[in-house]
Amino acid sequence: MALVLNDEQTMLRDNARGFLAKNAPIAHLRALRDNRDADGFSRALWKNFVQMGWAGILVPQDYGGLGLGHVEAGVVMEELGRTLTPSPFLSTAVLAASAIARAGTDQQKENYLPKIVAGELIATLAVDETAKHHPEKIAMTATRAGNGFKLSGAKTFVIDGHVAKLLIVVARTSGKAGDTAGLTLFLVDASAPGVRSERTSTVDTHNAARITFDDVNASADSVLGKIDAGWDVLEGVLNVGRAAVAAEMVGASEEAFSRTVAYLKERKQFGKAIGEFQALQHRAAHLYCELEVTRAAVLKALQTLDDSYDRAGAIVSVAKARAGLSATLAVNEAVQMHGGIGMTDEFDIGLFMKRVRVCQELFGDSNFHADRLARLNRY
Amino acid sequence: MENLENFRKETRAWLEANCPPEMRRSSQSEDDTCWGGRHWKFQSDAQRQWLERMAAKGWTVPEWPREYGGGGLSREEAKILRQTMRELNCRSPLDSFGIWMLGPALLKYGNEEQKREHLPKIARGEIRWCQGYSEPGSGSDLASLQTRAEDKGDQFLVNGSKIWTSYADKADWIFCLVRTDPNAPKHEGISFLLFDMESAGVSTKPIILISGSSPFCQTFFDDVLVPKANLVGKLNKGWDIAKYLLTHERDMIGGMGTTSENRSLGQIAADTVGSHNGMLADTALRSQIAAFEIDALAFRLTMDRAGDMAKVGHAHPAVSSLLKYYGTELNKRRMELVMSAGGTDALEWEGERSREGRSARAWLRSKANSIEGGTSEVQLNIIAKRILGLPGA
Repeated sequence: MALVLNDEQTMLRDNARGFLAKNAPIAHLRALRDNRDADGFSRALWKNFVQMGWAGILVPQDYGGLGLGHVEAGVVMEELGRTLTPSPFLSTAVLAASAIARAGTDQQKENYLPKIVAGELIATLAVDETAKHHPEKIAMTATRAGNGFKLSGAKTFVIDGHVAKLLIVVARTSGKAGDTAGLTLFLVDASAPGVRSERTSTVDTHNAARITFDDVNASADSVLGKIDAGWDVLEGVLNVGRAAVAAEMVGASEEAFSRTVAYLKERKQFGKAIGEFQALQHRAAHLYCELEVTRAAVLKALQTLDDSYDRAGAIVSVAKARAGLSATLAVNEAVQMHGGIGMTDEFDIGLFMKRVRVCQELFGDSNFHADRLARLNRY
Repeated sequence: MENLENFRKETRAWLEANCPPEMRRSSQSEDDTCWGGRHWKFQSDAQRQWLERMAAKGWTVPEWPREYGGGGLSREEAKILRQTMRELNCRSPLDSFGIWMLGPALLKYGNEEQKREHLPKIARGEIRWCQGYSEPGSGSDLASLQTRAEDKGDQFLVNGSKIWTSYADKADWIFCLVRTDPNAPKHEGISFLLFDMESAGVSTKPIILISGSSPFCQTFFDDVLVPKANLVGKLNKGWDIAKYLLTHERDMIGGMGTTSENRSLGQIAADTVGSHNGMLADTALRSQIAAFEIDALAFRLTMDRAGDMAKVGHAHPAVSSLLKYYGTELNKRRMELVMSAGGTDALEWEGERSREGRSARAWLRSKANSIEGGTSEVQLNIIAKRILGLPGA
C-alpha cells in the first residue's frame, strides 16, 4: 500500500484538524487544568466526538460504528496530539473498542460496542502493574471460584481509569510473573464491589488512575477471549495502542516543531532573526529529517495493523521507538530554541514536552521497543 | 493489476532462463561489477552474456524509452523487475554513471541528436562515462568552479582541472561543468559539456583514499578542443543541469545506507561477542544495533514514502537532501557497528581470511558518503532554506 493518506483519510484529517483547532485548542487543556476539572476532560466535547462517529471509529458497522481502520484512528490521534486534547478516545475508542471487537463473543460485542459508539460507555484497558511497561510480568491473580473467578491485585496508570465504567483487566489464571502463558482478560464493571480507583495527577494533565482489586467477582461470561491464552489478544491490543500513541506523538512533535520554526523566524537577537544562525538551522534541519523518518514508520505500522494485524509487532515497535525518540528530541529542542520564554508556564511549548514524556512511557518506551525488536530478530 | 501480475510471472521466467548461474551468486568483490566501456575486459563469459541479454531487452535501463535502448517499462514494472532480480539474486548486468547520472540529464536536457548518439551506447555498456564536477578549489562551493571553456568558433577550448572524478582513468567520455562566462555571477556562467577522454590534452592521475583503493582521479585539461555540438542545453545554463544531476547523485548515495547484506549486524556480533539466553552477551552493543535497525527500517520506509508522494504529485524537490543526509549518516553508523561487532577480526587489512580487509576498507570508504555529492552540512543548509524557509540560509 502506498505510504500516503488516501483522499478519504486526508479529508478526515482536515476535518479533525479544523474541528479541534476551533473547539479544543490548547486553551481547552489549560481550562481543564486550571479549574481542576473533576473528570479531566470535557463531556460536551466527547459528545461532539461521538456525533462525528469517532467513538466508533474502529467498531464494525454491524454494531453501529464507522468500521474504519487503524490508519483512520491514527489520523485522529495525530490531530489530538497537535492540540494536546484530553479525551477518552485512546482508552475507549481505540483500546477497549478494538479489544472487544477483536476478541469478544457476539454477546459481549452486542452488550458493549453499541454503547461505546453512542458515547454511553467509557471503557479502558488495565494492564500495567509496575512503573515500567512489562506486560508479561503481570502478577495480578484471577482464581477460580465457583463458575467464575476472583480478581486480586493492583493496576497502575490505567488511562481514564477514574471515569471508566468498564475495565478490561489482564490477570493471571495460571503460570508465574514472566510467563506469557496463563494470562486472561476480563471485562469488569468498575462499580463492582472490591474495585477501588484513585485518580493519578499527572504531569501532562491528562487522565489516569491506580486501581486496586480486592477479591472482585468476575463471572465466566466476563472472560474476553480464551482462559490462559490472553497473551495474543493482549499483544494485539497493545500494538494498536502503541501505534496510536506513536501517531499522537507525531502530531505533538510536529506541532511543537512548526511553532519552533516560526519562532526562529520571528525572534531577533544580535540584530537578526535567530533562524539565520547556522547553529540553529542545522539542528532544525536535522530534527525535520528525524520527524519525517518517524512519520513514514508510524504510517507503515498503522497500515500493517490494517493489512496483517498478526504480523505488525516488529513495525509497531519500530514506530513506537522512533516516535518516542524523535518526539523527545523535538520537544527538547523546542524549549531550548524558545529560550527563557519556553520555560514559562504561560507559554504553550512546555505543555508539549509534558505530554510527550507521558506518551514515551505508555505501552513501552523506546528502550522497551528496541529490546523487543532485537528479540524478534533473535539477537 | 492483472497485467502487472502477468508481467511479474513473465519476468521471473525470463530471468530464470536467461540469467547465467554465475550471475546469480552474490558478488565477492568490486571486480565483479560490470562497468562496460571501450576497454572493458569481461570477468567471464557469463558476465558478457548477461550484459548482452539484458541490453537486448532494454533492461539495463528498464525505464528509458525503447528508441534510446531502454526497456520502456512503467515505474511499477521496473519495480517488479528490480524486486524479481533481488529475489533471484541476479547481479546488476551493468553499473555506470551513464545510467545513473548522464542518461537522466540527457533525457531531460539533451537534444534529439545527443540522445540518439549517447543513450544507446550507455544502455549497451559500450561507452563508460565519468563526471567532471568538483575542482581542487571548488568542493562544497561547487559553483565557484574555474575550468574554462573559451569560444573558438565551432569549438570550445577547455583548460583546467577536475578532482574526485571517479574512474576517470577507465572512462571513455566525461560530462563536465565548465565556465563559459567568467564575468557573469558564478551560477550563471556555467555550461554542461561532453567530450571524449581520448581527446588531445586530457590526462588523469589516480588518488589513493584512506581505504587503500583509488576509484578517484584528478583530471587535467590542457588546451582540449571540444566541438560545440557537445554542449548540452543552453550556453551558460549548465547549473540547472548540474543541480538536476546532483539530485540523482544524492538519491544514489543516500540509497547506499540500505544495501542489504546477507548477514544482519546481530548475527555478525553473535559470532564475536557470543550470546546468552538468545541475546547478545554485550548488552550495550545489542542496544546500539537495535537502535540502528530501527532507524534503518524507518529510513527504508521514508524512501518508499518519498516515491509514493512523488507519484501522487506531492514530491518536494529538496527531499533528496533529506534522503542523502540521513542515508549516508546511517551508513556510516552501520559501518561503525560492523567494526565494533567484528572486533579485532575486522581490523585485518590483507589476506583471504578478511577478504582483503573488506570490513575495514568499507568502513573507511563510508566516511566519504557524507562528503561526496554535497556534504551533510550542505544538505542541512538546503533543508533549512528550501523546506523550512529559514532566513539567510
